[in-house]
Amino acid sequence: MKILGISAFYHDSSAAILVDGQIVAAVQEERFTRKKHDDAFPSHSVQYCLKEAGLSIDELDAVVFYDKPFLKFERLLETYYAFAPKGLRSFIQAMPIWLNEKLFIKKRIKDELRDIEEFDAKKLNLLFPEHHLSHAASAFYPSPFEEAAIITIDGVGEWATASICKGKGHQIEVIKEMHFPHSVGLLYSAFTYFLGFRVNSGEYKLMGLAPYGNPNAEQTLHFIATIKKELIEIYEDGSIWIDQQYFDYATGLKMTHNSKWNNLFGIPKRNPDDDLLQVHCNLAFAIQKVTEEIVMKMAIHAKEITGAKHLCLSGGVALNCVANGKLLQEKIFDDIFIQPASGDAGGSLGAALAAHHLFFEQARKINLPDLMQGSYLGCQFYPNEISSFIKKQKAIAHFHENENELLEKIAEYIKNGKIIGWFQGRMEYGPRALGARSIIGDPSNEEMQKRMNLKIKYRESFRPFAPSVLEEDAHLYFNMEGKSPYMLLVSDITENIKEDLPNGYHDFDMREKLYYKRSSLPAITHVDFSARVQTVSKDTHPRYWKLLHALKAKTGVGMVINTSFNVRGEPIVCTPKDAYACFMNTEMDILVIEDYIFLKEEQPEWDNRKKWQQEFKLD
Amino acid sequence: MDVIKDLFKFLMERKKFWLVPVIIVLLLLGLLLVLGGGSAASPFIYTLF
Repeated sequence: MKILGISAFYHDSSAAILVDGQIVAAVQEERFTRKKHDDAFPSHSVQYCLKEAGLSIDELDAVVFYDKPFLKFERLLETYYAFAPKGLRSFIQAMPIWLNEKLFIKKRIKDELRDIEEFDAKKLNLLFPEHHLSHAASAFYPSPFEEAAIITIDGVGEWATASICKGKGHQIEVIKEMHFPHSVGLLYSAFTYFLGFRVNSGEYKLMGLAPYGNPNAEQTLHFIATIKKELIEIYEDGSIWIDQQYFDYATGLKMTHNSKWNNLFGIPKRNPDDDLLQVHCNLAFAIQKVTEEIVMKMAIHAKEITGAKHLCLSGGVALNCVANGKLLQEKIFDDIFIQPASGDAGGSLGAALAAHHLFFEQARKINLPDLMQGSYLGCQFYPNEISSFIKKQKAIAHFHENENELLEKIAEYIKNGKIIGWFQGRMEYGPRALGARSIIGDPSNEEMQKRMNLKIKYRESFRPFAPSVLEEDAHLYFNMEGKSPYMLLVSDITENIKEDLPNGYHDFDMREKLYYKRSSLPAITHVDFSARVQTVSKDTHPRYWKLLHALKAKTGVGMVINTSFNVRGEPIVCTPKDAYACFMNTEMDILVIEDYIFLKEEQPEWDNRKKWQQEFKLD
Repeated sequence: MDVIKDLFKFLMERKKFWLVPVIIVLLLLGLLLVLGGGSAASPFIYTLF
């Protein structure tokens, strides 16, 4: 079976290709077009997938789109009807798009595919699984579990905003769904919006901001109580009911009714450029806590109704690694698998897997540790391509034939406080950089967080960094059992690396908290002593693992800071050209592309910096 | 024509008969849009549409 999955037209377009149930390639369109969260038809991604699999469109058994457009259209019409006459403005804006484009999705997909190559349209088998089924499939089928409960939570698909399913063998049974407009994802996005971050990308910032909240403050407790009393009702099965009088997303053009929120929380909506105050941190803390409570209840209920020992998670809310970490900590399930591309980018893979196992009824073969191959499913570049790039760019690079020598050198640079652009092998699928397109540095360096945020990433100084640690050493630094290969679990650091806190630490303001040395690994320890851990295994990324080993030999700690290879507003780099531009435009010290080392001071004059800063709008 | 056939098949399957007149009116509007050559600008902030 050869199946192409596509997600497109909303955000994070992507394509994935399966051959006999194995994932040959999966990639996001933004990486090629350099437009973050690109929602266009993923032509580049489809071309890449077909090339990687060595297939033509005519050879495909099916092309699968990740949701059901008609069902979404039904939801829109019924929502407008239910809220009428409210929502007339957004109705007038939305309908032309549907009547002009989205209803004709079959034709659109065929036309777009025809632009890639000629094929026999009559033979093309075009399938449309439901959005949350695609999410469920993306989590369950790649997991190492024969049987598992599956929870999917996101903003909204067609009608469903969350689901509980049971996976067994090659079957998935949808047991329960929560429907629009009641949505955990949209609730979290509403707070993202109210706190001045961009919906659909700023949720991660909100999660990073939450630990700056004061858990003991009366204000924080009041916020939590207000959310639960006024905005939502949480039921025992983890479903929620949202009081729509406070929200505008169902039919309006914004997320919240700001004046009502102002009355509730006593603060106006924060504008993106406004200073972040303690009250904003406390509100972020409150919604994070409430979200964790909901996810926990949903997990307990999923366990009750499925009786499963394992859990698979997917959907945008599954990227909330703080909630995931708590879920693991509570030991509701023996083990958890979270799809690394849990957002809509993962929809293409899920849709293809759903078609393979449910539509074509193909048996499932469990792969260990999982089917995702470390999520290294994107493009890679070969020595001839890199050397011709170097020549064309007139860059100065040092080739190292001997891998050990190369890694020794990089480890020495890291030890000396250098910041490295690390470009190795196939690009990651999903939002996290996992050591294929990463910027890395020394986690014990006190200045590293500030330097990386302000001089390299050009992003807000409060944002934390994550560690990549040798899988076998993770327990030395983090209170975690098992692995976290996809950086989707947050864990507390161990007592032995913690520094004592001064009295009244929780009353410190944001900046004081940020720059207080909390552990012997300050750059990766968040203000609440947590860290978003990636464990690196010898099998999934041998070179990255060897680098950590080389570093351990020098410093005693087999760990680096790992942040995505991009700047704020830019998609993660895809090609050597993207990597070199990012390297030259920031204050990164060294770039490593496969076996080549580039030192900043040796590179020729670079005058594109200003132009480049204008190219990527801040997110 | 395929899309109209598919749409009505879908409505029959879902037993959402009350949506039939709504969709007919919208499709007629859509036809006007197409004939008028109007374009649709993408609105808004989330994937709701």
